[in-house]
Amino acid sequence: MRAINVSSVLRELYARRTTALGTTIFLLFLFVAMFAPLFAPYGLNEQIYSDARQAPSTAHWFGTDQLGRDVFSRVLLGAKDILTLAGLGTALAVASGTLFGLAAGYWGGTFDEILMRIFDGLLAIPALLLALLLLGTLGASRNSILIVIVLLYTPIVARVVRSVVLGVRSKGFVEAARLQGEPTGRILFREILPSVVPTLTVEAALRFSYAIFLVASLGFLGVGVQPPSPNWGLMVNEARPHVSQLPWTMYYPAGAIAIVVIGVNLMADGIKRIVRT
Amino acid sequence: MVAYVLRRLAFLGLTIIITSLVIFIVTQMLPGDVARVVLGREAGDEALAAFREAHGLNDPLPVQYTRWLANFVMGEWGTSLSTRSEIYPLVMERLKNSLLLTGITMLIAAPLATVLGVLAGLHEDKPTDSAISIASLAVVGLPEFVTGLILIQIFSRWLGWLPPNSLIESGATFAEKWPMLILPAMTATLVLLAYIIRLTRAGVIEELGRPYVRTATLKGLPRHTVIMKHVLRNALLPTITVIAISFGWLISGLIVIENVFNYPGLGRLLTFAIDRRDLPLIQAVAMVTVVGFGLANLIADLLYAWLNPRIRLSY
Amino acid sequence: MLNIQGLSVAYEQNGVLLPAVRDFSLSLAKGQTYGLVGESGSGKTTVAMAILGYLRGEGRITGGRIEFEGRNLLTLPQSERIKVLGKSIALVPQDPMSSLNPSMRVGAQIAEGLRYQLALPKEQATRRTLELLELVRVPDPSRVARSYPHEISGGMQQRALIAMALGVEPELIILDEPTTSLDVTTQAAVLDLLRSLIHDKNTAALYITHNLGVVAQLCDRVAVLYASELVEDGETQALFQNPLHPYTKGLLDSVPRLGQNKSGYELPAIPGRIPALTERPPGCCVFAPRCPVAIERCFSERPILESAMGDGQIRCHRWPEIASGEISHAVKETFAPVKARTSTMGEGDVLDIQGLRVEYLVSRSITDAITNAILGRPTRTVKAVDEVNLSIRPGHTLGLVGESGSGKTTLARTIVGLVERTDGVVTMTGLPLPSRLSERDINTLRQIQFIFQNPEEALNPYLTIGETLQRPFITIGGKSRAEAREGARRMLEAVGLPVDYLGRLPGRLSGGEKQRIAIARAFATNPDLLIVDEPVSSLDVSVQAAVLNLMERLQTENGSAMLFISHDLAVVGYLADRIAVMYAGQIVEICSAETLSEFPHHPYTEALLHAVPGIAPQPLGQTIRLQGDVPSQIDVPSGCRFHPRCPRFLGQVCVDVMPPHQQMEDGNWIACHIPPKELQQAQERSYRGGGVE
Repeated sequence: MRAINVSSVLRELYARRTTALGTTIFLLFLFVAMFAPLFAPYGLNEQIYSDARQAPSTAHWFGTDQLGRDVFSRVLLGAKDILTLAGLGTALAVASGTLFGLAAGYWGGTFDEILMRIFDGLLAIPALLLALLLLGTLGASRNSILIVIVLLYTPIVARVVRSVVLGVRSKGFVEAARLQGEPTGRILFREILPSVVPTLTVEAALRFSYAIFLVASLGFLGVGVQPPSPNWGLMVNEARPHVSQLPWTMYYPAGAIAIVVIGVNLMADGIKRIVRT
Repeated sequence: MVAYVLRRLAFLGLTIIITSLVIFIVTQMLPGDVARVVLGREAGDEALAAFREAHGLNDPLPVQYTRWLANFVMGEWGTSLSTRSEIYPLVMERLKNSLLLTGITMLIAAPLATVLGVLAGLHEDKPTDSAISIASLAVVGLPEFVTGLILIQIFSRWLGWLPPNSLIESGATFAEKWPMLILPAMTATLVLLAYIIRLTRAGVIEELGRPYVRTATLKGLPRHTVIMKHVLRNALLPTITVIAISFGWLISGLIVIENVFNYPGLGRLLTFAIDRRDLPLIQAVAMVTVVGFGLANLIADLLYAWLNPRIRLSY
Repeated sequence: MLNIQGLSVAYEQNGVLLPAVRDFSLSLAKGQTYGLVGESGSGKTTVAMAILGYLRGEGRITGGRIEFEGRNLLTLPQSERIKVLGKSIALVPQDPMSSLNPSMRVGAQIAEGLRYQLALPKEQATRRTLELLELVRVPDPSRVARSYPHEISGGMQQRALIAMALGVEPELIILDEPTTSLDVTTQAAVLDLLRSLIHDKNTAALYITHNLGVVAQLCDRVAVLYASELVEDGETQALFQNPLHPYTKGLLDSVPRLGQNKSGYELPAIPGRIPALTERPPGCCVFAPRCPVAIERCFSERPILESAMGDGQIRCHRWPEIASGEISHAVKETFAPVKARTSTMGEGDVLDIQGLRVEYLVSRSITDAITNAILGRPTRTVKAVDEVNLSIRPGHTLGLVGESGSGKTTLARTIVGLVERTDGVVTMTGLPLPSRLSERDINTLRQIQFIFQNPEEALNPYLTIGETLQRPFITIGGKSRAEAREGARRMLEAVGLPVDYLGRLPGRLSGGEKQRIAIARAFATNPDLLIVDEPVSSLDVSVQAAVLNLMERLQTENGSAMLFISHDLAVVGYLADRIAVMYAGQIVEICSAETLSEFPHHPYTEALLHAVPGIAPQPLGQTIRLQGDVPSQIDVPSGCRFHPRCPRFLGQVCVDVMPPHQQMEDGNWIACHIPPKELQQAQERSYRGGGVE
């Protein structure tokens, strides 16, 4: 294991064909998510009544839907929604999972045991089931989805972090720090945390790809998001009744989900390879 | 081994208690007043109060929880608020459908994925491995609804071989059912395949690097003997656990897949119940799912322990 | 029979070929036992794996030939090669546990080779397996054959692997550090077994090890490898008595032998470190940077392997001068002379321990508790330390010896506060020492410092050496940043490392250097008591002496007392003033270091003394060997805990009654039922000759 540094990781990601492809896809979608409003030809819910139900053409690259909305623009503008929800949710889950994992692994004992049993309980509920129950309770909103992602992934991240901490805690350098009266905060964050970072990076990449997956699935099931939210899953769901006449309205958002998920997966796999060597 | 079984049972019991608590709390927090939902808008305050009293809704939450859990264990799951029918038979019928789909999927996915995973692991970084790994990497993250819709597009719209919907009537014979089972099962299989392949591959690669493989090779045994008798015996043990974990994965997947194909299973019932805010039905479906998942894990753990002398003989 | 000529093996790393073995030649006759000695990274295991055709993925043979009975193994097709390997060459590997298939019964694993190689039918193979297990002195062959590897001890696992290797009656057996992972007493028994088996069967053997003592006892001939090069080769006796290569000489001198003590003997240490694979330029002598007699030529021209002194071979430019006695190639580490600081401490003990007990539950999880409650089983406790009394005087070193599972590490961790004690009174410089680390004040933390066994884990890989060394000055010393920086620099100089190491991360340091940093950190607080747990056992032999010397020097300068823990009686005997011997959680003997080579001793200490594989000639009389294993800390034996294994077992009294502490001269005592006088007679007889009655 060694220190993680963004530019060297990027260089190594580009040293392998498949991971280079994945990284490029991800960076492309990231770019779209950030700047789509600047170059999307139409607004998200802008209806061009004259052009409704059109097949893809030079005017509307991905065609238009039954309401005359430009599918290309909607797909572009949807990137921000899914990537920020998944990204932010993952970041929060990683942060809280790290805190719980560090605490549980470092202090151990009854606190650890109780926390782990609660996490076992949460993990014993299939993820989507828990997500649906929570969204039913919390009501449909972007914040609810964030809370769901955090609740679902905190236990997973916490367990991963905890297992690394358990290995590191008994190492000489941590015990030496304790014997020399280092404050607990410094032991946790300066002595232990750096050793967790490589594993945490891999887990974060993996969680991110699952989060995209989850946000899209929730959109498809029509829970947690309210139309006309720019969620690709929701777009697919809305397109289903018209799929025989307007298949493009479903293909493009579904394709976008497929490509971004595959891209992030390939990248996550690359990060795993880098960190493990 | 007895101690081990007891330990796992204790663990399962503990887990189910915690999960039931989570389910109970979450569903209690669902917005809306149960009495109001049941009795309708016109109900007077007195009727509402009487209903609450009769159903113990005024009791403290711990009392309500214990009663609810006890009723669940006894099989008294109450009546659905939306369909006004008994929950138990409804859930059991849907459970049967879901289990049928799960069974078919597992039957195809587990052996196929294991074989592919072993092949990839034995040929690490060779073309066979790259092909299998990249294919599974590409599929592993695709949401089930995307996979399902692609399959519908290919097999029902273009080829017209299979129905896009799987609206199975209750009491349908297997001959009537099976064409409707193929597409959902295929979707679930694809999703599972990738997952099991990756973990099996990793297991095989790890075992191949262990010193006992060198011992076996240096005995002069032919490679296939080394692999069949030594490597696979150890590499495939964790696959049992992997398959059990993937069962939980599959449950999540089924919720989506059943909605894609309108398949009358537990997943579809759950989304239906959540849409209608049908509290007792939601609770029942959630509990059945969680218990099923817990049992699958228990069986896998016990099987693993039984096949693994290190655990079997240590307790 | 085995003839290796000019073998070169390289590992590919980032597209560059790094030589791991250079131009290696060796020839082994039928029935000969050849020792291949080297430190980690010397290439000794690579040679073995090249013979067996089992190099790691990136390793490849870049030159030379390996002939076995006239056939070049390297050009043999794979199918032929496998036949030769299984039948004629067998390996006894280093790590017995992981070398056995965990999910296959031991007997089946032995029988498998027999059935395949000798085409024995099943029943015959089973019978032969039992015979083989009997041959390797397994106490209950049929039980062991039915067991899975995890059910039997490390010593038994290694015996099973030896049985497996011998089963096919190979002509050559390669032993790759077969006893390194075993306890001292088990190692001694396995070595006895190997010696007699190799002798009886007249099998040729290539014995790979870093342990010179083992080679001295077992091998006819020795080849010494250093940093990919064969540096010296010759008859064992001749080579050990009169080593020509400065490396061999340094290696032999720097290992403390039984009976040597720091008071009368200064351990010569080879300076520097073993060059990494990337730091081995081809055009010079690889040992030159560490060599006491290196001249300019050694840095510019690679010496060739020459015949010298009888049938020996040597790779050194200056060997003729060394052989003729013109120059001395003995090495001495040069340090500034030690200025002993007068101890400011009073008369009392630094550390005093009375009635210390440490116990903990086997498992503390809720589910285990439920299970135990249902089955009505008692919760099991580990009795790691039981009724231990110890004291250490200021500036003195107490050596603590014991095998794994004796409780010595738990004892150390209890004193420093990493493990809480169950019972007992501990006082530090006259004040009670709190059990919990969190209850100890900053001065108590300053007083006691700990040096860890594994230098690889002792330093945070993500902090620079400078930051690591500054921390004690800040947390314990309460110094400012600038003062701490100065302190760190001072400590680095004190342990003999260059100042530019301050900015480095530990990953770029060798094991010995890391341990020096760990020592610097421990001494930074000027401790009264230093607790040291096997500080050199994971280091290479050639750097061990330098680390021991450094610790000893700093200890003298600081006037600190030391508790030195080791399984190696010779090292403890060298470094300690007094020695405590621990067995199954109890101290069974305390003696002064000077009386270590005199009798009487506790029978367990006696067995340890017999188990040390020395370079010097071995005891003349009957060798004492222990049967069985160190008992588990959960089910400790009744009475005297050593009674099930004791070679001087008296009778029922040992089983029923805890032995008394019998006081002897010099404050020495033993916990034994046998009167010291009787013990002395019996032990001297068996050590000096005459046999046990």
